[in-house]
Amino acid sequence: MASEKVKTFTDNNFDDETSKGVVLVDFWAEWCGPCRRLAPTVDALASEFDGRATVAKLNVDENPNVPGRFAVRGIPTLLLFKEGQLAETIVGLRAKEDIAQMIERHLAADLSSKRA
Amino acid sequence: MADRNVIIIGSGPAGLTAALYTARANLKPLLVEGLEAGGQLMLTTMVENWPGFRDGIMGPDLMTEMRAQAERFGAEVMQGNVTKIDLQNRPFTLSFANGKSVTTDSLIIATGASARWLEIGSDRKLSGHGVSTCATCDGYFFRGRPIAVVGGGDSAMEEANYLTRFASKVTVIHRRDTLRASKIMQDKAFANPKIEFIWDSEVSDVLAGEKGEVEAIVVRNLKTLHETKLPLDGVFIAIGHTPNTSLFVGQIDLDENGYIRTHSGSKTNIEGVFAAGDVQDHIYRQAITAAGSGCMAAIDAERYLEGLSHHLPPEAALQTTT
Repeated sequence: MASEKVKTFTDNNFDDETSKGVVLVDFWAEWCGPCRRLAPTVDALASEFDGRATVAKLNVDENPNVPGRFAVRGIPTLLLFKEGQLAETIVGLRAKEDIAQMIERHLAADLSSKRA
Repeated sequence: MADRNVIIIGSGPAGLTAALYTARANLKPLLVEGLEAGGQLMLTTMVENWPGFRDGIMGPDLMTEMRAQAERFGAEVMQGNVTKIDLQNRPFTLSFANGKSVTTDSLIIATGASARWLEIGSDRKLSGHGVSTCATCDGYFFRGRPIAVVGGGDSAMEEANYLTRFASKVTVIHRRDTLRASKIMQDKAFANPKIEFIWDSEVSDVLAGEKGEVEAIVVRNLKTLHETKLPLDGVFIAIGHTPNTSLFVGQIDLDENGYIRTHSGSKTNIEGVFAAGDVQDHIYRQAITAAGSGCMAAIDAERYLEGLSHHLPPEAALQTTT
């Protein structure tokens, strides 16, 4: 029941999809209890940042390559990419407000660098 | 007048049982889930000692049922985390991360306990990159690879056994030369050909490779102080739990290990504040004892509210004013 605002990333489209802007990726799997608990938070963030930042999920069962590349060996893990570069890692559960602040921080830094 | 008769913090067996009982007592409870919603049972697989399920029940399924049952009787479940609490003034005030706050005449604390880390720094730093406190979450990443489990209790043995589904070899590292785990869990572990034991030893460091993934641990023998490097891909820590009481420090009476002190059932040192489950119990720590103490807290809260002069159930209040 993921929100339509949440994109689905795969091993194939990952590099393209994360190449621009601020992108938050939720690494998850069906069998992971805490991942199910984080899902509503990720859905809410997708709606909140709609049009400003991309929020996506990547199923580690179906896509083993990307987790390997970024040394993800535990889920849920959230990775934040900025212009294709890994900028932040959150392992485990975190309050929605904390994650939102982190995204805002990267969006704001983006704006100030463009103005400069 | 307070916004609520009773608020419950925590959504494990203690919190949800308290919610069920206070809902059925028509107290319209609000339950704040917390970050680790569903509690420790969300991280387990088959629960074989919950009475009434002769073939066992999956931990997450049990919690889904408990929550639905509490909601069926009118308990309101709220996602989110309490960030600040004022127990000095009445009614009590709880504040949330979104800036909102709510007042209540009584409070049931069922915040539980969370997995302990090794306190060596490198273990926490490598969390998510080979160090884990949740076998059911992260075991999958270690298919065909060697790993270690640290600890000697029931949960350590359960994790070790579970992880042999994935790992090529599981080395249990324990501080003593005997296990604390129950006989049935010990027998299972000793009979498992994939499990090996290193006794009288602790993990003194976790080492990462170039990519930032675990590639070895340093094992220190506590008798000889001899240190050896053990190459492996993952470390699962199962050395017990610490109570989730940081929110209450300085406001509620805690014991030397941070657990809430209760007396005469579920009462704390503050009248109208009750505690249930692992947050006040470092001895039994079972799903069924947590649920039992949640029931006690609900009954204690109900009696306390009955004693408050201004308290009337919401419906009764409406009837008397109209």
